[in-house]
Amino acid sequence: MRRHQHLSIAGGRIVLAGAALGLAVAPSFLDAGGLTVLTEFLCLLVLALMWNLLAGYADIVTVGQHAFVGVGAYAFYGAVVLLGVDPYLAFAAAALMAFAVALPAMVIVFRLRAAYLAVGTWVVAEVLMLIAGKLPNFGFGSGVSLPVRVAREFGARPDVRFATIYWLAFALAAATFASTWLLLRSRIGLGLTAMRDNEEAAGATGVNLVRARIICFLWTAPFLGLAGAIITLQKLRISPPASFSIIDWTVFVIFNVVIGGIGSLEGPILGTALFFILREYLAQLGTWHLIILGSLSIVIILIEPGGLWGLLRRVLGGDLIPVSHRARPGFETNRKS
Amino acid sequence: MIATYANLIIQGILLGGLYAIFALGLSLSVGVMRFVNIAHGDFIVLVSFLLLTVATALHINVLLALLLVIPLTFAGGYLLQRVLLQRVIGQSVLLPLLVTFGLSIIVQNGLLEGFGADTHTLSAGSLDTSSLHIGSFYVGVLPVATFVLAVALVLGFDWLLYRSRIGANIRAVADDVAAADLIGLSSVRIYAIAMGIVGVTVAIAACFMGLRMNFDATSGPSRLLVAFEVVVLGGLGSLRGTLLGGIILGIAQTLGGQIDGAWQVLAGHLVFLVIFLLRPQGLLPRY
Amino acid sequence: MTSPTDAPLLSIEGLSVYYQQFRALHGIDIAVGPGEIVSIIGANGAGKSSLLKAIVAQVDRIEGRIRFAGEDIASRPTPAIVASGIALVPEGRRLFPSLTVEENLEIGRQIGRKGGGVGFAEIFDLFPVLRDKRRQPAGQLSGGQQQMVALGRALLTDPRLLLCDEISLGLAPTVVNDLYTLLLSINRRGIGVLLVEQDIRRSLAIASRFYCLLEGRISLAGRPGDFDRDTITRHYFGS
Repeated sequence: MRRHQHLSIAGGRIVLAGAALGLAVAPSFLDAGGLTVLTEFLCLLVLALMWNLLAGYADIVTVGQHAFVGVGAYAFYGAVVLLGVDPYLAFAAAALMAFAVALPAMVIVFRLRAAYLAVGTWVVAEVLMLIAGKLPNFGFGSGVSLPVRVAREFGARPDVRFATIYWLAFALAAATFASTWLLLRSRIGLGLTAMRDNEEAAGATGVNLVRARIICFLWTAPFLGLAGAIITLQKLRISPPASFSIIDWTVFVIFNVVIGGIGSLEGPILGTALFFILREYLAQLGTWHLIILGSLSIVIILIEPGGLWGLLRRVLGGDLIPVSHRARPGFETNRKS
Repeated sequence: MIATYANLIIQGILLGGLYAIFALGLSLSVGVMRFVNIAHGDFIVLVSFLLLTVATALHINVLLALLLVIPLTFAGGYLLQRVLLQRVIGQSVLLPLLVTFGLSIIVQNGLLEGFGADTHTLSAGSLDTSSLHIGSFYVGVLPVATFVLAVALVLGFDWLLYRSRIGANIRAVADDVAAADLIGLSSVRIYAIAMGIVGVTVAIAACFMGLRMNFDATSGPSRLLVAFEVVVLGGLGSLRGTLLGGIILGIAQTLGGQIDGAWQVLAGHLVFLVIFLLRPQGLLPRY
Repeated sequence: MTSPTDAPLLSIEGLSVYYQQFRALHGIDIAVGPGEIVSIIGANGAGKSSLLKAIVAQVDRIEGRIRFAGEDIASRPTPAIVASGIALVPEGRRLFPSLTVEENLEIGRQIGRKGGGVGFAEIFDLFPVLRDKRRQPAGQLSGGQQQMVALGRALLTDPRLLLCDEISLGLAPTVVNDLYTLLLSINRRGIGVLLVEQDIRRSLAIASRFYCLLEGRISLAGRPGDFDRDTITRHYFGS
């Protein structure tokens, strides 16, 4: 590797670390509006990291990820409002419930052939959303608001509350990122990366790939559920169409990861950040917003399936966030075939 | 009471014919190109809007408009495969899924932009409301015609795939695409023709969906899920299975619809999941 | 028998074959005269299959010239090459297993030279055992019968040059004898044959000339009678 590449990778890492530091001190200088946007960003980042873990590493292309966000939202509401559980403990309920739902979902999803799997996850998500609309204590199809007393538990004054919710989102995003990074660096991650790059090498690593994929699928559920709980706390309302929104929690997330770069840890971060920057300009375009994102994602797939990060990585010459232990100079050429 | 349920089941069977038509094209693209077109439902809705536009602009019956539109959808499918999908198929299931996913969102929002969020239906004149009196049952002519057409299409597809020369080519490429290219049978061309044929089924599905039910710019995904469930229930590559899967889903939805609109959809999904868990290979698998 | 010097049917000059970064052949020259049987021998990985695949444009990238019947075919796509009269019998037969024998043969006729003179009747005369099995899926046939279908499919393209890749692999010796007898009768119709085999003895017995490949280069070429067994073996394995 040449010297200037070492320098640019170091520069990239400084930018990344600077952004993380900026997020860590954001509440001290941002107003409520700014914190709300950053909270949304962190929640979408969690969703992007989880979708990327499945589609980019575990070969599970899900279109039903919004199901677990919705289950988390409903479980949080059920625990805190209907059962009167301590609001902080209710987060645990959201994570556990999402995990519990993931178990039977896994049985269905893993029986489907590869090409069918994506739509299979979508069917499961539809069923869960329709069932949510049939729950009597959760306001049926139109949903229900979170009582003010619950919101007050996170801070009596709005500015304190927004900061608290922000910290929760920050903690979730940090935990998601760190644990996913560790998972990818473990034998499981190594085996999955080998499977993605070369089937034969994967057999040699001795990792049980079916088990590794199941672990990844179950892994994502509690994180998605927790994101659903934080989103609920921020929006102060649950309803089937909003809590189980395929556009917000799956479509945008897929576009973010595809545009940013699928199959890397930098890609989802880059894509989600870009999404929030573009949203400032594109949101007022209404339906054109989605048309532009959809077209952009197709163009990117045709040019570089590794996304913007894949293009940037060629310039920098290496990863900012090292995932695999092995040196991989031959990686690009092997995958191009 | 019994007569009511018998009537509902007949309605369900007839609805199943329409669902089988939704599924024919998806079944072909899964069986041959080995990918699920996430935009399949959106393409059906897109062509429904196209039929509406053509029939209105030319003041012609929608069935006549269908005849005009079929060559267009064949060409559309052919070009889509040749220009776009061909570049992403083969290596993994990921890329074609993501590209068709992007297309799905583009089509939905393009339709919202062009036609708004209003619901529409197609009309074929007096055919819409005529009904037949069979024994103690009244059934609409249109549902019966749709079902007969579905059976005819299944038989026609069976002939096309198993008796015609192009069908043999399509099955050859589905068997072993690398071998086809190796001996000089161009898979690119066969894939494009297969996708053109899918386009024809999409046009027929679009026409009869528009005649039988409401549609709007965002109806695509629910049509995709129905088509997908029918294909999986029927068994991969099984045309007769497609008809059976459509009928089961049609009956489940019609009975569920007695409770309310949400149950109509939910009942279909639940019956699908139960049968799938019991028979993951489908009801009438070919292989 | 035609000498290779006057107007060869197939002439290859300076052919190199690349798979991404890997180079499988290093600038080789080969010629096949009209109606000639030429054998390519060599150990596993010597580049024999790469040569055949390069002729029908099924490799990543080539350098060099490939001329067939006086025309440059190096830049043509596979279907055009097959339609101009080169047919490949691929290694491992590569039939379409769910298609019937007849459908497999029919595909040969579709992809071949137009207005060709070869019909189903001739194929069934050549391979009588296939006549009764013509409605069976090709995947249900025995290995030897499948190889006959693969040969029949190639013959129905009405080729002037037949490329045979390891047609004896995995078959019983008696079946291989039959296939080689058939190959000779095919050749007697004036069809040139480029024969790739690991089995030196058998392929040299029917070839008029041979090329021995070693690690992507020609290590020995000539008439089978020109060299003793030891010389050929030495150039086959390298030393």
